[in-house]
Amino acid sequence: MTTPLIETRALCRNFGALAAARDIDFRLEAGARHALIGPNGAGKTTFVNLLTGVVQPTSGSILMKGRDITGVVQAERVKLGIARTFQINRLFRRLSVLENVCIAVAERVGAAPSMFRPAGMRRDVVEESMHLLDSLKLTADATHRISELPYGRQRLVELAIALGLKPEVLLLDEPAAGVPSAESHIILDAIDGLPRNIGVLIIDHDMDLVFRFAERITVMVSGAVFATGSPGEIGADAAVRAVYLGRAGHG
Amino acid sequence: MTPPQAGWADHPAALALAGRHRVRVWEPIPWVLALTFYFAFPKHLGFGTELLVTILFAISLDLVLGYAGIVTLGHAAFFGAGAYTVGMLAKHGIWNEPITGLILAAVVAAAVGLGSGLVLLRTHGLTLLMLTLCTMALLEEAANLAHDYTGGFDGLDSLPIAPLFGVFEFNPLYPKTQYLYVLTVLFVCFVFVRTLVYSPFGQSLTGIRENMLRMHAVGAPVRGRLVLCYALSAAIAGVAGGIWAQANAYVNLGTLGLDRAATVLIILVLGGYGRLYGAFIGAVAYMVLSHFLSKIYPTAWQLGLGLLLVVIALFARNGILGIAEAAVRRLRTPHATL
Repeated sequence: MTTPLIETRALCRNFGALAAARDIDFRLEAGARHALIGPNGAGKTTFVNLLTGVVQPTSGSILMKGRDITGVVQAERVKLGIARTFQINRLFRRLSVLENVCIAVAERVGAAPSMFRPAGMRRDVVEESMHLLDSLKLTADATHRISELPYGRQRLVELAIALGLKPEVLLLDEPAAGVPSAESHIILDAIDGLPRNIGVLIIDHDMDLVFRFAERITVMVSGAVFATGSPGEIGADAAVRAVYLGRAGHG
Repeated sequence: MTPPQAGWADHPAALALAGRHRVRVWEPIPWVLALTFYFAFPKHLGFGTELLVTILFAISLDLVLGYAGIVTLGHAAFFGAGAYTVGMLAKHGIWNEPITGLILAAVVAAAVGLGSGLVLLRTHGLTLLMLTLCTMALLEEAANLAHDYTGGFDGLDSLPIAPLFGVFEFNPLYPKTQYLYVLTVLFVCFVFVRTLVYSPFGQSLTGIRENMLRMHAVGAPVRGRLVLCYALSAAIAGVAGGIWAQANAYVNLGTLGLDRAATVLIILVLGGYGRLYGAFIGAVAYMVLSHFLSKIYPTAWQLGLGLLLVVIALFARNGILGIAEAAVRRLRTPHATL
C-alpha cells in the first residue's frame, strides 16, 4: 500500500461539549478525486480547518506523505502544498483579478517580503498569474476588480488563488455554493480540468457535482466518518441513504 | 488566440500592474508648491514647517491604517518617542547633531513600535484600537512622571540643536533652515513609503487589509508582516517627532497626546487614506480650514470641522482625494452609469 498524501489518525476536536470531529481516520491518496459529504453540522468544514491548521486538534494526528504535520502552523502547511478554497468567497475585493492571483503566487515563490522592487516588475509572478487566469478562462476579467465580477466568476478566482500556490492537496469547500445554476457549469468545467497530479478533496452538498467528480466518497455524520467507498457503494448503501441522502434530498 | 508561450506582458492587466509605480505627471506638483511656498511666504515658514511635519506624520499613519488596515488611535506614541529621543539627548548634552539625531529617533520609535506591535497586533478591531490608545497614554504618563529626564509637564525647551552640517543654524524666528530641512526629510521618507507600498511587501499588506483570512490561507506570515509594517511606520512617525522637536527646539507632553493622534487621524480621513497623497491634501485642508473657521467663528470653530467630518464619513468615505478620483473617472468615461 502506498503512503497516502494526507492521512489522519484518530483525529478529534472538541468545541466545549461538542465533538466536531471524533476519531477521524481518513486517507487522501495522491491524485485522488475524493468527496466529503454529510448533513449540515456534520463537521466537514471543521475537518478542512484541521487539515489546513486553522484549528488545532484536541487529539490525534495528521500526516502528509507519512510526515507528522499536526504541529505545523497554517502558513507552513501551505508551503508544504496544502491549499484550500472557502465556502464563502474570501477575496481581495478592491484589487484586480490579476492582483488577487499575484498575491498568492508572490507568496509561493518567496517574492512577497521584497520591499524595494515594484510588484508589477516581477515578470515571473505576473506571467504565471496570467497563465493561470488563462487556464480558467479569466483573462478577459483580469483588469476588473473582484467587486465588479458576477459571483460565479469570483468563485473561479477563489480557485485561481488556490492553484497559484501549486498545491499537491486541494481542499474545495463547496466550490459551487451560491453560484446560480446557469453559471455553475463554469465551476464544474474548471474542476474537471484540474491537473491530475493534484489530490482533490471536494466538500459539497450538491450530489450531482459529487457523483460527477468523485472516485471515492466519505460520508460524515456528527463529527465521525460514517462510511467510505466508491460512488456506487455509497449510492447503494441503505444506511447512508437513511441518514443523509434520504433526509437531505437528491438535489 | 495567443499561443501559450507568447507571454502576457502586453495584457492590459499586466501593463496596469507594471506601470502602477511609475511617476505620474502631476506628482511633482506638491513639491513644486512646497518650494514656491518657501519663496512666496518667507514670513509664514513656521506654519509651513509645522504643515510639512504633519504631512510626514500622516504618511506614517497611512502606511499602517490605509495600507495594512491597522486601526490605531495611538500613533502619537511614536511621534512622541522620536521627539523625546531628540529632546533628551540634546538637553542632557549627549547628542545634538540633527541628522544622526533623526536616525536615533527613528530607531527608538521603531523599537517601541516593534515591542508594542508584537503584543498589540495579536488583537484587532476595537481591542486593538483601545490598546494603541492605552500604550500611548502609558508613555505619556511615563514622560510626565520621569520629570528629571523629560522635564515632566513643562517639557524640555531651548534644546541646543547643532547647526545642520555644522553651518546652517536653526533659528526659531526665521525657520528657513528648518523648512528646507523638513521638506528634504519629508521627500526622502515619502519616496521610501511610496516604494514600499508598490512593492510585493506593500501588496501583501493590502492583501491583509482586504482579507486577512485569505492571506493566512495563501501562506503569508500575517502577524510578522503587520509587526514589521508597524515598526517601519513607527520609525517614520519617530522621524516626524524628532524633526518637530529639532525645528521648534522644544518637546512637551503634547507630542504624546491623544489630541495629536486624533488630529492626524482626522487629517488622513479628510484627505483620503490608502492613497499616499491623502496625507498632503488632508493636512493642507485641515490647516486651512481650522485657520479660517477659527477666524470666522473663534469660539466654536471645531464644530464646523466636526460637521465636515460627519459629511465625509457619511458620503465620501475616501476623503477629498476619493472625490477627486471619482470625478476624474467620470470625465474619462462620460457615459458611465455609475
